Amino acid sequence: MILLINTDLLVIGGGPAGMTAALKAAKKGAEVIIVERYHELGGQLIKQTHRFFGSKNEQAGTRGIDIAQGLTKEIQNMSVIKVLTEATAQGYYEDKIVTVSYQNKFRKIRAKRIIIATGASEKMMLFLNNDLPGVYGAGAIQTLMNLYGILPGKKVIMVGSGNIGLIVSYQLLQAGVEVKAVIEADSEIGGYLVHASKIRRIGVPIYTGYSVKSAIGKSSVKGAEIIKLDRNWQMIAGTERFIKADTICLAVGLRPLVSLLIQADCAMAYVPELGGDVPIRDENLKTTNDQIFVAGDAAGIEEATAAMLEGEIAGLKAASEIGYLSKDVITESRRLKKELRKLRNGPISRNIRKGLSKVRGDDNVKKNRYSHLR
Amino acid sequence: MRINKHPILDFNRGKKITFQYKGQEIKAYQGETIAAALYAAGIKVLKKSNKYQRPRGLFCAIGNCASCYMAVNGIPHVKTCITKVKQDMVVEEETGKGDIID
Amino acid sequence: MLRKTGIPTSDDLQSVTPDKERLLEGPVAIIECFNEIPCDPCFYSCPFKAIKKFSDINDKPELDYSKCTGCGNCIASCPGLAIFVVDYTKNRLSLPYEFLPLPSVGDKVWGLNRAGKSICQVEVIKVRDPDKNDKTAVISIKLPKKYLMEVRHIKVGDPNE
Repeated sequence: MILLINTDLLVIGGGPAGMTAALKAAKKGAEVIIVERYHELGGQLIKQTHRFFGSKNEQAGTRGIDIAQGLTKEIQNMSVIKVLTEATAQGYYEDKIVTVSYQNKFRKIRAKRIIIATGASEKMMLFLNNDLPGVYGAGAIQTLMNLYGILPGKKVIMVGSGNIGLIVSYQLLQAGVEVKAVIEADSEIGGYLVHASKIRRIGVPIYTGYSVKSAIGKSSVKGAEIIKLDRNWQMIAGTERFIKADTICLAVGLRPLVSLLIQADCAMAYVPELGGDVPIRDENLKTTNDQIFVAGDAAGIEEATAAMLEGEIAGLKAASEIGYLSKDVITESRRLKKELRKLRNGPISRNIRKGLSKVRGDDNVKKNRYSHLR
Repeated sequence: MRINKHPILDFNRGKKITFQYKGQEIKAYQGETIAAALYAAGIKVLKKSNKYQRPRGLFCAIGNCASCYMAVNGIPHVKTCITKVKQDMVVEEETGKGDIID
Repeated sequence: MLRKTGIPTSDDLQSVTPDKERLLEGPVAIIECFNEIPCDPCFYSCPFKAIKKFSDINDKPELDYSKCTGCGNCIASCPGLAIFVVDYTKNRLSLPYEFLPLPSVGDKVWGLNRAGKSICQVEVIKVRDPDKNDKTAVISIKLPKKYLMEVRHIKVGDPNE
């Protein structure tokens, strides 16, 4: 088995952004390798049982699980795309080699272009006993429930009323689990109101202006002590309430997984609107490393439709830079960028637009890398 | 506890298998991860923290957080949340920081 | 208020409810969508083009009540499960339902309002097979007229029993 593999395009991460990037480039003729650390493609889509929003042209109305299946099938039907699952990218080296551990062997991949679509990881929340078994990230609850068909618990307290908190609450109800309450620190519900309305009419209360003070239990969660917050996010003593539960689900935000980008010396910026440290990139999602593109949540926390469009934009540009030119590249690229702009045009994407304005690199940025922001 | 009926999903579980944990035979289905199978059997505590011996179990279930490390077939620090069960696997709770084997 | 509670106010609802005249003509869709979010499947679902084409995908859906026949095609298409069909001539309501167990025709179950409170008994008239709509059942119920704009969910039973 040759341990150094040459290829046109290496896509690190096989979620929605990585899959659409690979497909776009492959359709233009590029040879692609997808490196995915999980045992199947699809990223977070494989756990999403709900119908997706966005544009019907980009699969809105379709359940996430079916979007994942569709894309995976498409990829399986393209022989120019090689998929390595249970393969973890280990590092990016100065000689532009990416190392991957796969099937107990350490391999090297040299690619003409790389798209990093490594997604995000869940943020943790600080409160007493937050390490008790029974405290889980929302993704973990979805993994247990939707991938393995295992009940995460009988009574759950959901912390966070963003889309993930609201959606996972609904999924818990569908699995027959009681959701005792959704706790939100802010004074308003964070996610789409239709998601909130869906769970309110089933009887789930939403407490805005509340946070978790402590998880209660010895060897596992028996409940949570919640507490009211004042306008400065400080706990108001004496407002504690105990809610009995065996599971506390944290849906308190995501952070882009960007260690490979940092290692590759890409200029970075800390942008709270996008979830944390993200790479500076141009309109084609290229970073300040001429070989590397970024797409999906690794570029900034958003959602699946944006991830898929970014993947397509990056895949298209990468393929043409490698040399797979076609007449329609420019019109196609313009169309995709227009769709992305339209998607982000509404009031709900105000923060995303603000965040993106901080990370768009033009030629100036490429020359003066913002190393002090790393 | 496993879900039998779901309004959206069909759980096409694999073959029934068993593995060992603390001298017990644990039932599982092929395709499940070690942590998921233990969870379904009601085992939520997977290890104790080094310093204060605090009970720990799953947190992220996707290989990011290292909360689920156990010794599997003698190999230490295995991420049980992303490792699939195999027939007759021996899964043990680690003490301390785990042992490097020959 | 809606942003705090997740429950639309009567003002919110008024903006998506047709006038009394139209309500008394026959079934009509009520699209309880109050956010400007990027989403457009409802437009594509209407066979009568009663939902106006989106000039901006973030716009709230606009329903032309004169074109709407209350066919209910849109109910299962909405990712937010926010569309209902009310029929003041027959005292019927159709709603989306994605839970087990599914009720059977003839069952008498509890009707829940937007706050999840049981407010009246309702009779199940029709259950559209979820497999025909990618797992979203559309359930039609008969209930007292005064609750047609109140009931938005039904309570059938504990699926684990």
